[in-house]
Amino acid sequence: MKEVVIKTEALTKRFGDFVAANAISFEVYKGEIFGFLGANGAGKTTAMRMLCGLSIPTSGKASIAGFDVFRQPELIKKNIGYMSQRFSLYEDLTVGENITFFGGIYGLSDKQLRQKKDDLVTNLGLQNEVNKLVASLPLGWKQKLAFSVAVLHDPKIVFLDEPTGGVDPLTRRQFWDLIYEAAERGVTIFVTTHYMDEAEYCHRISIMVDGKIEALDTPSNLKKIYNTGSMNDVFYQLARKAKRSD
Amino acid sequence: MRIIKFLLQKEFKQIFRNKSILAMVIVMPVVQLLILPLAADYEVKNINLVVVDADHSPYSQRLLSKITASGYFKLTGFEQSFKEAFTFIENDKADLVLEIPAGFERALVREGSQKLHITVNAINGVKANLGGNYLVSIIREFNNDIRIRIMPLGRFNAQPVLETVSANWFNPFLNYRLYMVPGILAILVTMIGGFLTALNIVKEKEVGTIEQINVTPIKKHHFILGKLIPFWILGNVVFSIGLLVSWLIYGIVPLGNIFLLFGFVAIYLLAVLGLGLLVSTFCDTQQQAMFIMFFFMMIFILLGGLFTSVDSMPQWAQVIVGFNPVSYLISVMRMIILKGSEAQNIIRPLCITACFAIVLNSLAVLNYKKTS
Repeated sequence: MKEVVIKTEALTKRFGDFVAANAISFEVYKGEIFGFLGANGAGKTTAMRMLCGLSIPTSGKASIAGFDVFRQPELIKKNIGYMSQRFSLYEDLTVGENITFFGGIYGLSDKQLRQKKDDLVTNLGLQNEVNKLVASLPLGWKQKLAFSVAVLHDPKIVFLDEPTGGVDPLTRRQFWDLIYEAAERGVTIFVTTHYMDEAEYCHRISIMVDGKIEALDTPSNLKKIYNTGSMNDVFYQLARKAKRSD
Repeated sequence: MRIIKFLLQKEFKQIFRNKSILAMVIVMPVVQLLILPLAADYEVKNINLVVVDADHSPYSQRLLSKITASGYFKLTGFEQSFKEAFTFIENDKADLVLEIPAGFERALVREGSQKLHITVNAINGVKANLGGNYLVSIIREFNNDIRIRIMPLGRFNAQPVLETVSANWFNPFLNYRLYMVPGILAILVTMIGGFLTALNIVKEKEVGTIEQINVTPIKKHHFILGKLIPFWILGNVVFSIGLLVSWLIYGIVPLGNIFLLFGFVAIYLLAVLGLGLLVSTFCDTQQQAMFIMFFFMMIFILLGGLFTSVDSMPQWAQVIVGFNPVSYLISVMRMIILKGSEAQNIIRPLCITACFAIVLNSLAVLNYKKTS
């Protein structure tokens, strides 16, 4: 029996008349890489923000790492990592200072901090950049750093919102290596993306259209169901049905 | 505590890397205290006076030389008729017109009385008002002079004249700098404290870093304290620099206990920073925060008792002033610096300021939402 770490039932978020996420229900298992796809404005970010405890759902149910999104958002936050669409480390702090700061507010001890910082820096090959301001790093490095900081406190689940937007293919590949490493350690990865090659890397993917989940399966099953050889085609067939645009 | 340590570390590193904040903290108090007290002077000088002398007599000459000798007036015109003189007022070139009627001297000597006509250009209210008063008092003095001179002593017993002599306590020479410097310092501390805090948090919202904070299990009051403490320290630094400048440049040394002064400012800063924090929780962009802070600052400054005395404001305005933290700081600063007031004299403003601090900061913590 696979352990369920994210479970939602008819999770809905309304902004006035606008239903950003419409009764979405799904389960994500421990150690899984779960791809969350959808056109711009389909409601991916809204759904993800609800799961992270950043946004209170209008209705429905959801439990993350065993905690309820309505009643225990702060307990959820202890157990998850989050990397937002916008780069959100401090540009005016150095690489090392960002690591210390975020590790520190997650409650790591000094010894853990030192250890984690060394590991992270070696792992990313940033030895020469530790004392440079984050603002001076190229985007690809920033993204890898942001991911590493998001998993610094060994969360059960990490949420990645379009982590590789605007990043070159080589760096994207390296980024996914980091994701695989984390998944092997048992971290559940919940990732949104617009790149269909990345969708193929996921264990299972869901495709959102107009706030609803229209499809949810493994990439190979989806291709079978939609009778096509590529994920691109699956996405086109589903996204074309969308009525709203951003 | 450990969390706060990390927050403070981060905040101070950012502050010290931001050259404009450092410049603001050091340059602003120095420059403002150097310029403003010298320029913002209540004493009205250079009042432009136009004279219409229809008499051309020794007496009218004497009156005019007395007026110009006072040093307050600048004779900008000498016209033949009131109509011509009035064009000066219309063109805003004159503040006052003094009309000396024909037969001034004769009527003064024969009948013992004469009327002068003063026209005031009230566009610049303060200047006109004070100028008119100066002129009237000079004329009154002139009046006394000639009464003694033209009335033979035996026939006319000089009227007993009540002369008022006033002594100015706490600021014997009515040195306006002594009055202005503490007030300007109060506003400086308020502006720097309030604006820096409000803009700092909103900037984190704009850049998106606050989201990364909101997704951590950090406690709200830790976050707020992490913002409050650095700017509180910065505010105290600004205040100390300001006191130093006013001592070095103006020789102003607080008569009262300097620790009492710092103690009050410490509490006061909490109130102002609380306002900045509260404003920042309502705003999404630095522009919004800026405008809202300006709205409050304008009211705080104009209703703070720096430029106009609170006691002469209408009753309803005095009620508003009661909610203006700046007014308490200005009055306490003046009390301690000029008057040497002691702790028991400032208990009331201290308690009220402490209430502001508690209410504003609690509201800020309540209104700061990690989850929207």
